Amino acid sequence: MSDALIRNFIIPLVQVLVVLGVAAGAVAYMTLVERKILAFMQLRLSPRRVGPHGLLQPIADGIKLLLKEDITPARADRALFTLAPIITVIPAFTALALIPFSGGGSFNIFGYPVSPWIADVNVGVVFLLAISSLGVYGIMLGGWASNSKYPLLGSLRSAAQMVSYEVPFGFSIIGVLMLSGTASMVGIVEAQQKAHLWYFVPQILGLFIFFVSGVAETNRLPFDLPEAEAELVAGFHTEYSGMKFALYMLAEYTSMIVVACIVTTLFFGGWLRPFPSVSALAWLNFGLDKLNPALPGFFWFFLKTFLVLFVYLWLRGTFPRYRYDQLMKLGWYWMIPLAIANVILTGGVLLLLRR
Amino acid sequence: MFRTEMMDINMGPQHPSTHGVLRLKLVLDGETVNDTDVLIGYLHRGVEKLCETKNYHMIEPYTDRLDYVAAMYENLGYVETVEKLMGITVPERAEYIRVLTAELQRIASHLVWLGTHALDIGAMTVFFYCFREREIILDLFEAFCGARLTYNAYRIGGLPWDIPPGWIDRVRHFVKIFPGRQKEYETLLTKNRIWLGRTKGVGILKSEDAIDFGVTGPCLRASGVDYDIRRAHPYSVYDRFLFDIPTGENCDTYDRYLVRMEEMRQSLRILQQALDHLPAGGVMAKVPKRIKPPVGEVYHTVEGPRGELGFYIVSQGDDKPYRMRFRSPSFVNLQALPHMVKGALVADVVAVIGTLDIVLGDVDR
Repeated sequence: MSDALIRNFIIPLVQVLVVLGVAAGAVAYMTLVERKILAFMQLRLSPRRVGPHGLLQPIADGIKLLLKEDITPARADRALFTLAPIITVIPAFTALALIPFSGGGSFNIFGYPVSPWIADVNVGVVFLLAISSLGVYGIMLGGWASNSKYPLLGSLRSAAQMVSYEVPFGFSIIGVLMLSGTASMVGIVEAQQKAHLWYFVPQILGLFIFFVSGVAETNRLPFDLPEAEAELVAGFHTEYSGMKFALYMLAEYTSMIVVACIVTTLFFGGWLRPFPSVSALAWLNFGLDKLNPALPGFFWFFLKTFLVLFVYLWLRGTFPRYRYDQLMKLGWYWMIPLAIANVILTGGVLLLLRR
Repeated sequence: MFRTEMMDINMGPQHPSTHGVLRLKLVLDGETVNDTDVLIGYLHRGVEKLCETKNYHMIEPYTDRLDYVAAMYENLGYVETVEKLMGITVPERAEYIRVLTAELQRIASHLVWLGTHALDIGAMTVFFYCFREREIILDLFEAFCGARLTYNAYRIGGLPWDIPPGWIDRVRHFVKIFPGRQKEYETLLTKNRIWLGRTKGVGILKSEDAIDFGVTGPCLRASGVDYDIRRAHPYSVYDRFLFDIPTGENCDTYDRYLVRMEEMRQSLRILQQALDHLPAGGVMAKVPKRIKPPVGEVYHTVEGPRGELGFYIVSQGDDKPYRMRFRSPSFVNLQALPHMVKGALVADVVAVIGTLDIVLGDVDR
């Protein structure tokens, strides 16, 4: 096998497979973690029967969903009905390609350097925004193709919601891009390393807007209007069952994880250890850096991502749901002006500092 | 070229937040409710007719099944109506124990309302907190009468049993811990901006409309009408207790929330007084084994957690009623729903169903 073939095809393929596998596993266990944390907040027991402390529950759930009858409603648009969940799930997973899970070095496998990210695109953030807004098509088409009323209402809501929150979602990142001077995800983390400052400090407003819009983008409480179970039964996926339903769930949890990864990368220094310059805290690397300099990065990245995800669940345990018009008002009256103000403020301060 | 049309949508009878088998036919213009048609009867069991074939003792378990969330009140209203018809005086201790169990039931019922109402609006955690405290009350009821939902706890003329030993201390403990627990719900909801947004100005029911519709209970009081049967037509021993009747000003869902929250506190006050003055003595009056009320008719009401709970009995001197009629507050309050949701959004319909606090067993009978 030629060297170029391995470098350009085999290694990326292996990387993709590893990331897909890890992400699918993370999604499965995310459901369990969510149930455990919610149960803890709500004074009840979580799944405990399948395996020790319910650890095999996600697998049981997966098998159940796979074996369930896959019903297509008689008057649904069959092709689109099948296609819609796929359209939703693909962008969610694609976004993972750009996340730098670790840094500071690459692995040496059979003499080939393997980076701890799939792709480092120089317009990474822009690409992420573009790909993440594709998911709404699947939701819209799914609701429409079901040829049923509740899904239609749900998909209309989600179209309006996701399109409106796309705007502050994008604007809130601009502050980070100004500070780092690059749109590459790896570059942004390296800029934070160089500045000895994680961007959540100067960009606290940006972080707030980005996170809130992120919650809205992923349809989670308090913004879970498209699938508000109390009003619209199950929203856009009312008619879905079996594997197609599982794909929607997979997409939702994957985009949750993706948003958490982006928050970690843009605002919390990605793979960086807290206080990297304080040598007294070197034990936090657990000696992993002696094996490979990239290893502690994974630990810190996943820890931070998990903490962000915990906030997601915390919100779900605490807040009631917004109403449709209030949600739009919040988006257009507060989030977008705030995001623009943040851009102007950041630009102004940067100009003053440069002078 | 382009045209828009109204969309008819069926909400229920198998919908997660119609609190049972309520069916609404909504005519939607986008998300705005243009017209509402309330369709009921999915839980109709013909209890009124059934009662005509049962003797007076056998009717009480049927009343349990009407408003199964607050079955104590159905029992209370029924036995008091028969007692009124026959002119029986109930021993004082029995009256006090009835008040104790009834006010505990009011708290339990309001907890179910709060939990499900919050759940409908998306605050899931409150539901579990509420049911934690309701569990304590249900345990108390279980110790008292052996049942947790359909109690059949009273008898015509008093009570079948006295309270078990240690029960009073358990009620005292509950009265002591409950205010703290209630604060927990309030921290999650009362000042929560989303909760305020979802309930303030939603489902407005002006006081004159409320009176026209015959709405009673907390919904009426939240519309600013100071009417509580415990005060207006005192029954049992309610004239001996000090308690306030909370009323609202804005007539909206948030005021109904505040009124019910305050009612729970007032119930605690009544509980405290009843505990302090619980007299000794027997719990059963002398009543014939076969209840045969004199010829006549009687209407008696009690203030249930949902409103005016009325019982109308026509007796022909038989051991079975000639006609039995229930005035169920859920049924009457539900009639105000189309008026309250007109022009609102779909999400508000759910909030209004929650705030009316209907029980379908009570609506359909």
